[in-house]
Formats: sequence, C-alpha cells, structure tokens
Amino acid sequence: MPTANQITTVPVVVDNDKCIADKGCRTCIDVCPLDVLWIDEKTGKAHMRYDECWYCMPCEADCPTDAVTVNIPYLLR
Amino acid sequence: MTQLSDIKIKDIDVLVIGGGTAGPMAAISAKEKDPNASVMLLEKANVKRSGAISMGMDGLNNAVIPGHATPEQYTKEITIANDGIVLQKGVLEYAERSFGMIQKLDNWGVYFQKDETGEYDVKKVHHLGTYVLPMPEGHNIKKILYRRLRRNRVVVENRYQAIRLLKDDDGAVSGCIALATRDAEVIVIRAKAVVLCTGAAGRIGLPASGYLYGTYENPTNCGDGHSMAYHVGAELSGLECYQINPLLKDYNGPACAYVTGPLGGYTANANGDRFIECDYWSGQMMMEFYNELQSGNGPVFLKLDHLAEETIEEIEQVLHTNERPSRGRFHDGRGNNYRTKMVEMHISEIGFCAGHSASGVWVNEKGETTVSGLYGAGDMASIPHSYMLGAFVYGEICGQNAVEFAKNRSLPALDDSFILSQKERILAPLQREDGIPPHQFEYKLRRLVNDYLQPPKITKKMDIGLQRLKDMERDIEFLYARDPHELLRANEAQHVLDCALMAAQASMYRQESRWGLYHHFVDHPETNNEDWFCHVQLYKDDNDQMACKKRPVDPYVIELDEEEKTAYQKMRIQKVS
Ligand SMILES: Cc1cc2nc3c(=O)[nH]c(=O)nc-3n(C[C@H](O)[C@H](O)[C@H](O)COP(=O)(O)OP(=O)(O)OC[C@H]3O[C@@H](n4cnc5c(N)ncnc54)[C@H](O)[C@@H]3O)c2cc1C
Ligand code: SF4
Ligand code: SF4
Repeated sequence: MPTANQITTVPVVVDNDKCIADKGCRTCIDVCPLDVLWIDEKTGKAHMRYDECWYCMPCEADCPTDAVTVNIPYLLR
Repeated sequence: MTQLSDIKIKDIDVLVIGGGTAGPMAAISAKEKDPNASVMLLEKANVKRSGAISMGMDGLNNAVIPGHATPEQYTKEITIANDGIVLQKGVLEYAERSFGMIQKLDNWGVYFQKDETGEYDVKKVHHLGTYVLPMPEGHNIKKILYRRLRRNRVVVENRYQAIRLLKDDDGAVSGCIALATRDAEVIVIRAKAVVLCTGAAGRIGLPASGYLYGTYENPTNCGDGHSMAYHVGAELSGLECYQINPLLKDYNGPACAYVTGPLGGYTANANGDRFIECDYWSGQMMMEFYNELQSGNGPVFLKLDHLAEETIEEIEQVLHTNERPSRGRFHDGRGNNYRTKMVEMHISEIGFCAGHSASGVWVNEKGETTVSGLYGAGDMASIPHSYMLGAFVYGEICGQNAVEFAKNRSLPALDDSFILSQKERILAPLQREDGIPPHQFEYKLRRLVNDYLQPPKITKKMDIGLQRLKDMERDIEFLYARDPHELLRANEAQHVLDCALMAAQASMYRQESRWGLYHHFVDHPETNNEDWFCHVQLYKDDNDQMACKKRPVDPYVIELDEEEKTAYQKMRIQKVS
C-alpha cells in the first residue's frame, strides 16, 4: 500500500531564540505525556514533531526559559 | 530469528504498570508495607507529568469526611447512581478508607480547601449527600507523589508501553512484555505480582471535532490495560455502561458540576433555563442532556453570566490554572466570556472508565482481578465512580495486597515461545516498507465507533459496526510504522480496536436499557430487573473468542429505602418555566 506525505499545522510553538536545548535542556521533551516533542535535527532546538497534542501544557509550564507556547489545535479553535 | 537470550529481562517482586494517579500510590504503598521488596513503576510517559492529573486537579469529587457524610450513606448514593448494579463491598471499602487517605495526602503536603475554622470545606453536588472538596492549589500533587516515590526507592522506568501480560503454567500472572517507545526495544519484566493502573480507555470514540487527541481522557490512556487484562484471561465488567461526559463544545474540559455548581453555575438550555435537577454526572443526567440537545431547546450551555464578578473570577482562577489550563486560551480564541454569554456544551466521545462510570477490569474489594497475582486500581478497574481519591485508595489497597502476594511466591518461569512470537508481532509494523499508517487506521476505527456503537444503541447498527470492526482486524497485518513513535501508536491502535470490539459485544449482550444514556438500547427501551439485575462480564473463552456471561450482584451490605432507589431517575426539572 503506497503512502503519501501530508503536512499539518501543529499547536505547539518553540521560540528558537529562547530554547536552550543546545545547552542540554530536554525538559519539555521529558514531560510531554504524548511524547510529541523532539529535537529538530536541523536547528538543534525542541520542536513538535507529531500532531498529537492534548494541550495539557506541562511543556510550557516547565520550560525554564518560557520558550514554549501551547495553542489550541486548529481543528478545535 | 531472535532468541530469548537477545531480550533484556528484568526481575522484580511487584510490577506496577501506569504511573499516573493510582500507580504511584500502589508502588509507594507496596514499599511502605515491605521496604525489602523490589518494586518497579513502569510508565508510558514520564511519571513526573503523566496521567489524568498531570497538571493537578480541581478537587476531590467523592470525599467521605466525617461530619459531612458517612461511608454507608456514600455507598447508598453510588448504588443508586448505578441503578443497583454494584459490588457494594468494593464501594464501602473505598468509603471507609477515604478519610484516612485524605489525611495521608494532607500530611504529605497536598492542600485541600479549609474553612475559617480549619475544617475541610466540603460542597454539595451529588443528589443526596455532600462529598466535593475543592483543591484550589491542586497543581502540586504530582510533585508530591514523585518525591514519595524517590524517598521509598521505587524503581521508575519511563517511556515504556506495557503491551502483553505474561502468565505461568498455573495461570498466575508472571510479568509483562513492554516496548521502549523511543528506540523500539522490546523487554520483559518478570514479576511475582502485577498491579495494573493504566487509566481509562479514552480513545474508543472520536471527539466531535475529529481531532484524535482531543479526548476527555489523557490520550496516553488508550485502553492498553483493558486489552492486556482481556488477553491474559481476566474478566472485564460493565463495559456496556459507557463513560460519556458533558463537556464544553470542542474543548475537552469538564465544566459544570464540581467547580461551578457549588458557586451557582448550571447547565442550561438555549433559553437559559435549567432543565436538570442535579448536575452530578450520571447516566440519567446525561440522558436529559442528550434529550435537550435533540429537542428544539438545544443546544446546551454552561450558564455563568448571572453570577457576580468576584464569583466569575474565582471560577476562572480554578478552571484556567489547574487541571485544564489551556481552557482560557480556548475561550479567548472563540471570544467567549463567562460574564457576557453562555458557553456551548456538548457530549463527549464514549470510553471505558470506572472513575466516572462503572466500566473496567473486574476487581473485588481487595483489588484482585480474576487472574491470580494480578491487581487493578483506578479508572481501569471496575469500582464505580471512584475518581481521583478512589484511584489513590485502591492504589494503596492493591500495592499492599500485591506485595503480600509476592512474598509467598518465587520468581515464576517464563514462556519463551510466547515471548518470542509477541516480540515479532509487536515489531511487525516497523519491518514493512509501506502500508496503513496508525493514525489513519485509528481514525477509521473510531469513526466507526461513533457511527455505530455510540448511544442510542440499535441492534442492527451494532451488528454492522461489529462486522466492520472485525473486518478491520484484517488490516492489522498492514499497519506500517516509520519510526519507534509510530510503532507505539500502531500498538496502541490495536488495543483501541480490542476495546471497540468489547464495547460492542457487551452492549449487545445486555438486552435492556439501564444507566440512562450510557446503555440506552432502543430495541430494549425498558429496564428489566428480572433478567438483567446482574453484572455483565466479558472474557476470552476457551476458543479465544470474546464472550459474555452474567454475574449475580452480591447481596447488599447496606440496604436501600424504597424511595431512594429511584432518586436518580427523577432528573428532569418538573416545573414548566
Ligand atoms: C480532565 C479530567 C478532569 C478530572 N477532574 C477530576 C476532579 O476534579 N476530581 C476528581 O476526583 N477526579 C477527577 N478526574 C478523575 C481522576 O483524575 C481519575 O479518576 C484518576 O486520576 C485516575 O487515575 P488512574 O491512575 O486510574 O489513571 P491516570 O492517572 O490517568 O494514570 C494512568 C497512567 O497509566 C499510563 N499508562 C497507560 N497505558 C500504559 C501502558 N501500556 N504502559 C505503561 N503505562 C501506561 C499513562 O501514561 C498514565 O500515566 C478527572 C479526570 C480527567 C481526565
Ligand atoms: S524546555 Fe524550553 S528550553 Fe528546554 S528544550 Fe524545551 S523549549 Fe528548549
Ligand atoms: S501540551 Fe501536553 S501533549 Fe501537547 S506538547 Fe505540551 S505536554 Fe505534550
């Protein structure tokens, strides 16, 4: 069964200027219950890799530099 | 072909699966009872922020506090709210330990609301008794549990999805097979006793928004525990008594009964009129909600616009900072303001959850399932309406009993060929070059659940739904995952399918209507106590088929008065407004 690539807008935004993942921080990635935040290999910063978010907000609440913003997923907005 | 020697095996006395609410309490209680026992807490996410209470909780929905309620009264209330189909001993056991648990949590630093005299500030929300205790500072609860886990030296393993339980030749549980969700390593944990605390099955139905993860329950809770219990041979109970909740439209936060109710908010129809007597969540209440939605008076709203500014600020403070803090953002995006207009509400997707209804893996008052050495606590076990405090109390009961069970047992033998074949099955989607992505499979499956399984239940529709779901079993061999994360989703989706099949089977078996909307069966509209005053148990039969049977309701330990029995059936407001 062949597959296609489709894109989707994701609810969580990371401010690359504030994110200190390059200094070893993994807090948001650690706490996300759905495991949808990963390191972006291109930028070395945290980003939302999968559109599977419960908008529960530990990622935003626990980020030491206030780099994370959780928006309501587009389908619910 | 891999051999068993290629698989990492960890040995432990007590394995607790699921580190949300009940799980940490089970692990801590096992260690407190026997500090020499080895106890592991296995969690799919990270115990620091996992489960229903990841951000905290607004309050205790069911506190039985001397001076406000008695265990007997509470047991009666829950018996009535469940149309009589309850294991009263199980409810009473909870109620008797409820206050002790509050004191324990209070000692640990969890803050409950107190009045000027220092007494617990309990509110009335239920139909008959008074049980709701607000926790305006509820957000530190996970931190407090985490500290206790550390202090008691519980072994914590994060980012593992337990997938199948193991049992020995005598049929006793002997551990589990788990998948590391970030690198797809399959491991075995051999244990002398296992406590399942995997939460509700919250991904059976599809939210009206169509967003797979916009569920009422934390979507990590997808029914893994229900499926694991089924496959290892445990009985599940009351699955036809679905969980369906009244929520804000498109936003999965609860709204009314517990937080706004005591402060004067209520559920209203489009005319702003109250139409239900009591906003406490029950099947009968949901039936009235559903009827109003279908009527010319719908849709249904949360009405707060009549309240004073200070009251609204207090409500916002709780609702927008504790358990679902993104709620304020949702309202801002829509231009909702509690002060100026009512907020639209809707019915949630269906699920299994003993925390809010009565569906789950059967356990008795000791937390024992029907499989030796396997215990269950919290939303996935069958003790009804147990909520957060019930998860803590049964977590404690299970932890204590499991460590006792483990003491009398040596390390069980492992079934090598079962483990190897499961490993292959679990990893299969990763081996394929193309196929069906898990999200597409899951979307279709849950859309079918909405189309055919959600109430009103109709035999012909259920038949079609069941057939379509069974057809989907054939798609499993085409599931395709490109990375370990997608593999996790592919394994979850198979458990969601198991749960959907269970929901259909149990619903078709109970040929009557009961619990209001939860089991509103159009072909059998009446409640039939003569034939159906019983539990419906679902299990895997000797031919590996899903089967159901009746289990008589144990004699009551607390009798009900005649007029109390029907209290929850009079939910609609009688006066004409
Ligand atoms: C939005 C919301 C609001 C609520 N509000 C209240 C309230 O105000 N008051 C109240 O008393 N109750 C409330 N409840 C109910 C209460 O939170 C739950 O009944 C209780 O927390 C359930 O605890 P649990 O341990 O069973 O499940 P959870 O706390 O959800 O824990 C289950 C854990 O199991 C893990 N898990 C699942 N599958 C696996 C697997 N295969 N392997 C490993 N780990 C796994 C999950 O990641 C999760 O951490 C609310 C529930 C929700 C969802
Ligand atoms: S928690 Fe904040 S700083 Fe740390 S990795 Fe995430 S976004 Fe970056
Ligand atoms: S809001 Fe919750 S689910 Fe979404 S990325 Fe943050 S922690 Fe993960």
